[in-house]
Amino acid sequence: MLTLLAMWALFVTIPDFISWAFINAVWQTDDSKDCQVAAGACWAVITEKHRVMLFGTFPYDEHWRGVLAIAIIIILAVISGFKRFWSYRLFLVWLVATALVFLLLLGGVFGLKPIGTYQWGGLPLTLLLFVGTVVGGMPLAVLLALGRRSSLPAIKALCIGFIEIIRGVPLITVLFMASLMFPLFMPEGVTINKLLRAEIGMIMFFAAYAAEIVRGGLQAISLGQYEAAEAIGLSYWQKTNRIILPQALRIVLPALMSDVIRAFKNTTFVSIIGLFDVLGATATALEDLLWVRYALEAYIFIFILYFVFCFSMSKYSAHLERDLSEGRNL
Amino acid sequence: MRQTTASLSRGRPPPKRPPINLQGLWHNVGFRNFAYQLLVVGTIIGLAVFMVTNVQDALSKRGISTGFGFLFEEAGFDIGEALTGFESTDTFLLAYGTAVLNTLKVSVLGVVFATALGVILGIARLSSNVLISKLSSTYVELFRNTPLLVQVIFWYTIITKMPHPKQAWSLSDWAFLSNRGLNVPWPAANPVYFWTALAFALACLSAILIVRWADARRRRTGHKIPVLWWNIVLVLAAPFLVWWFGGAPSELVIPKFKGFNFVGGVSLSPEFLALLLGLSLYIAAFIAEIVRSGIQSVSRGQIEAAHAVCLSPGDTYRKVILPQALRVIIPPAAAQYVSLVKNSSLGVAIGYPELFNINNTIITLSGHTLEAIGMMMAIYLSISFTIAAIMNLYNRAVQIKER
Repeated sequence: MLTLLAMWALFVTIPDFISWAFINAVWQTDDSKDCQVAAGACWAVITEKHRVMLFGTFPYDEHWRGVLAIAIIIILAVISGFKRFWSYRLFLVWLVATALVFLLLLGGVFGLKPIGTYQWGGLPLTLLLFVGTVVGGMPLAVLLALGRRSSLPAIKALCIGFIEIIRGVPLITVLFMASLMFPLFMPEGVTINKLLRAEIGMIMFFAAYAAEIVRGGLQAISLGQYEAAEAIGLSYWQKTNRIILPQALRIVLPALMSDVIRAFKNTTFVSIIGLFDVLGATATALEDLLWVRYALEAYIFIFILYFVFCFSMSKYSAHLERDLSEGRNL
Repeated sequence: MRQTTASLSRGRPPPKRPPINLQGLWHNVGFRNFAYQLLVVGTIIGLAVFMVTNVQDALSKRGISTGFGFLFEEAGFDIGEALTGFESTDTFLLAYGTAVLNTLKVSVLGVVFATALGVILGIARLSSNVLISKLSSTYVELFRNTPLLVQVIFWYTIITKMPHPKQAWSLSDWAFLSNRGLNVPWPAANPVYFWTALAFALACLSAILIVRWADARRRRTGHKIPVLWWNIVLVLAAPFLVWWFGGAPSELVIPKFKGFNFVGGVSLSPEFLALLLGLSLYIAAFIAEIVRSGIQSVSRGQIEAAHAVCLSPGDTYRKVILPQALRVIIPPAAAQYVSLVKNSSLGVAIGYPELFNINNTIITLSGHTLEAIGMMMAIYLSISFTIAAIMNLYNRAVQIKER
């Protein structure tokens, strides 16, 4: 019965969709008038506008730098997926890579043409914001989690306050605060780059959520581990770095992955405060009056783009969860 | 360090005070902890003082007064959808009230729809029917793995691409969907509806009490009372009777196209619809996953044991599966509800007048950036904490009672 109902629903919707999306669609044209005549989707908006959607207002001749930046980040992400490369050193590699990508886009060194951050946009910006959030947020998250479990009352209170306040408000208000209130708090004449302000907001938000997950991992480590580490005379930081954290992080890795995926999705929020990530750049591309009526097709395109990134991360995370739990059962 | 000094001092009868020198002091754990904390707190206070002086400097230079007095000044702007009947001559304070109501309106409806859809999808995903479970898991993967903001803008684009009200899609001339939003019929105002709703609420309450009484009686005496049918009759009949004796009002106000737009009935704006649709469909995907893992967490043996002691399928579900699944479901579901409320702030991207959006307007018009951001943060925090507190109470009710 249910099968019939579901099949009927599919039967009604799928042929319509296929004829709209494929059969009657316009795939390539320079002239948006061709799309007005056609009955189907206008995918030509993507062939026409993909450079703006993917790179924003980044100078056209320098797009190769954006491509290189994307390639560095994706290749490094794939490499980090293999368990044999996991170590504290991997984190340092990411730190260096982030700085490298930043320099690559900024230019001004190695004979690269300098490009101001206000011109950055599209996928390189989205990926850089994302990587910056995770790379900058993870150490802060670990510190906050340790602080929340600390025996020092003042530090504990500060960490709890920070975590709970940030978790209690929407990300957009944190970003808004970072972009509106930082300039007020700074002495006159000192300005912090808009991109950097957004990044600080994203890092704070990510760290507050990730800290709670790390704390769960710290709690899952048996008391014996703590006591054994103390018994052989390790100091607090030796104990934390060598005994507790490696175990705790391993336990919470799948849960952390869902936060990482959320951080990727959350990069779209920066388009509200006026940065041109993929979503913001797409909105700019659609300001062209000739193509504005094909917004739906453009949004379907970036919908798929975001899906590809998030879905591969979530599949990897599911694989990791199985992999790690198998290891524990042995 | 503490252990060594303690063990050394233990065997010696005359406890000699350690000489006070800087190194000894630094090796004292209590002092060191105190010093660390002093350092951190001092740094933060220093930063705060530094920032506040900068703010005061900047504000006094621009001649902006501080304080919350501005809340009682005239707002001077309009809000598109105002449940409070807000007008531009009202105060900023009422603007906040209106904005909070708009945020709550979309959030409450969103929570209801997301829960209903999420539960259906979660159960569908466990279905033995391959087509149903595949459809459900496709939905979940699609909506969970794309940014909410993209989804909201996507729905908004679709709704604004709808035909003009003149050629609106209509459901046999009752409800109309156009680029001005959705217009649905609504019962004409009548006090009888209030009493009907009250009767319904009371009937539901007494139905719950009857079930409790019947359970208690069965536990005591072993006799089973078939209360289910009686309850269904009660819940349906009580409001119906009130409605019937109230004169059975049945007049509906049906939206009609007049001039440039629809008149009558209830009109839902495109912004509201897009945000509601985006929030519900997105959070539903997460709720579906939570419900699925909750049901899967109940071990097979529990269900078999329930069959073995001859519990009916309904009782198996109500008394064995549900209480155990809820323990797993409630904490993450609560987090999703809080997330839904917070994400309603994305209404700013499509122009729905919710708290964050209105707050931006207030900042622009009043110039009181700090106070306005403080107000907004405080309101969001209190909403989040209230939901968390309610869900904590509920959670405590369903947790394992240690006996």
